[in-house]
Amino acid sequence: MTLSRRRFLQRSAVATSTLIAAPAVFRSGALAAENPITVGSLHDQSGPIGTSGTPMVYALQLAVEEINAAGGLLGRPLKVIHYDTQSNIQLYSQYAQQLAVKDKVDVVHGGITSASREAIRPTFDRFKVLYFYNTLYEGGVCDRNTFCTGTTPAQTVEKLVPSAMKKSGKKAYIIAADYNYGQITAKWMTKYCKDNGGEILSTDFFPLDVTNFGSTISKIQAAKPDLILSALVGGNHTAFYRQWTAAGMKSKIPIASTTFGLVNEPSTLDAAESDAVIGAYGYFEELTTPASKSFVEKIKKAHPDSPYISELASCTYEGVMLWAEGVKKAGSIDRMKVIEALESGLVFEGPSGKVSLDKQTHHTVRNAFLAEVKDRKWSVLETYTDAKPADTASVCDLVKNPNDVKQYIINL
Amino acid sequence: MAIYVILALDVLNGISSLFLLCLGLAIIFGMMKIINLAHGEFIMLGAYATVISANAGVNIWVAMLVIAPVFVGLVGLVIERCLIRFLYGRLVDSMLATWGLSLLIIGIITTIYGNTQQGVPTPLGGFSIGSYQSSYYTLFLAVMAALMMAIIYGVMRYTRFGLVARATMQNPAMAATLGVNPARVYMSTFALGAAVTGLAGGLLAPVSGITPVMGGAYVAKAFMTVVGGGAAILSGTLSAASLFGSVNQIGAYFTTPVYGEVIVFTTAIVLIRLLPQGISGRFFKGNL
Repeated sequence: MTLSRRRFLQRSAVATSTLIAAPAVFRSGALAAENPITVGSLHDQSGPIGTSGTPMVYALQLAVEEINAAGGLLGRPLKVIHYDTQSNIQLYSQYAQQLAVKDKVDVVHGGITSASREAIRPTFDRFKVLYFYNTLYEGGVCDRNTFCTGTTPAQTVEKLVPSAMKKSGKKAYIIAADYNYGQITAKWMTKYCKDNGGEILSTDFFPLDVTNFGSTISKIQAAKPDLILSALVGGNHTAFYRQWTAAGMKSKIPIASTTFGLVNEPSTLDAAESDAVIGAYGYFEELTTPASKSFVEKIKKAHPDSPYISELASCTYEGVMLWAEGVKKAGSIDRMKVIEALESGLVFEGPSGKVSLDKQTHHTVRNAFLAEVKDRKWSVLETYTDAKPADTASVCDLVKNPNDVKQYIINL
Repeated sequence: MAIYVILALDVLNGISSLFLLCLGLAIIFGMMKIINLAHGEFIMLGAYATVISANAGVNIWVAMLVIAPVFVGLVGLVIERCLIRFLYGRLVDSMLATWGLSLLIIGIITTIYGNTQQGVPTPLGGFSIGSYQSSYYTLFLAVMAALMMAIIYGVMRYTRFGLVARATMQNPAMAATLGVNPARVYMSTFALGAAVTGLAGGLLAPVSGITPVMGGAYVAKAFMTVVGGGAAILSGTLSAASLFGSVNQIGAYFTTPVYGEVIVFTTAIVLIRLLPQGISGRFFKGNL
């Protein structure tokens, strides 16, 4: 048979349109068959934030699988609708619309940077879709439709700064990334340093594309601090730890950080560059409690090449589980009923220990851990139980003002 | 007193790393008028070639000084044959194509190695001046920058390849009538530029955060420096790198890192306004 040009074009057109239409046809068929409860997921699996987002997706899938294995919720299975937001805020807005309007999901878990959360939160408010933000952040979000399960500075910085000062001394030098997270965290570091009788010699902010830290290292040496407090963010900034070690400063002035580890630093840096850096988070992969061990084991079994399983992953898992508890208690997936159930002081025992939702702020009361890098792994030094989101609580009261939907900037 | 020595070292460090980062781009952009927006990704490939071979047990110096430039040079060769050779004289098209290329390279590296990569520790260690510390690696970078300058100058000025390359860049038609094959000259010049860029990536690998997107942090500054330097590859790039490198380091030292960046960009704007042909368009006319 000869293939004329016209016939070739016709066939290609038919084949292409079939291929494009196929997923839509199959999906709508599947949906009609099971009538599952839908869980939306917006996480970055590629781009600069991809390392942080990937384990969050794994944790979300694990939670959903476990719920489904136990018979689903209200007799219905759960179904995840996931979009890779590719570290791109514009895609966040677009996919949030899609989840709310087209997919009509029952709940959304996701958002990593504060910028991404603020891009999608108003969409879910407008379309009345329950939203969980499972990432540590600077605090202050006050919105009855939103639950923030990650730690805030009052839960981690408050522990990190005094214990670092106790080890090294009272004079600190702050280096932080130049955007809202770094700016706000630097303020909290200053506050807790002064509260503990310390002194801040200087605070330097760095745009995210700074790669040469030579002059900063000289400046720090001239200021002679006892301690460096770091809130540097992203791949470019890890160069600081390299150049700091290369200059031979590593053994002279210790570093405590609120961000070290979020882009895999303990495993990407050399032991000489990362040893003895102190960090505080709501979870560490190295925690040896049975719940934590089995959580890590399950994720590693399903995804042997998973990046470090940090607080982001455990909070995502706990966020989904808390939501499931809420649905069970409400006996319905109606948004207001679930919110009211979640506000009734729900508790879930997760990989990080006991997590409970705070009615007033929609944040969590959870454990915080202090750890130190030793031979490219975190070694957990101390556990602080039931750390409260005191920062957000100082500005936010959803019991009194249930219609609040803003992120407060907490004045210090 | 010691602090001024340290500050001078910082400035030297700023200048030499900027010079190394820009040299390959200056060769490609300055000589061939191809805007290679994948320049940052060539740096990234050099850094990856270094850390991956070093982590696999290759000696760090071999990884840095041999594997990185050879690998990226070969990549450059392939890219020139498959993509760039169709784009000579098409400035806007070359921008679009190389931008797409940069996304492709980032995608490939991310797919193979993931979003993070274990780096290599900085060799050589530190030394002290008074109560201040600095690293020998800073000095090593400066030596390498000087060495690269000497090599490129020697090649361009004293070898037959350099003569033919310069002639082809000035007037390809005339060079062709004299028996030169311009296509081959373009190919080798592009590969040379890529190799020099790969070397820069290798040299900076031990003092940088290694991620697939690291190139983005360098590409803007590299273009600024090459454009600010003007047509002369060596004297132009060196003078612009010296200006921007020292302004950045001194600015960051006496104000804050944020203003350090702002001052550099302001300087660049003023420079281009006053000398639209770049520094070498005015002061080193006709030099290499």
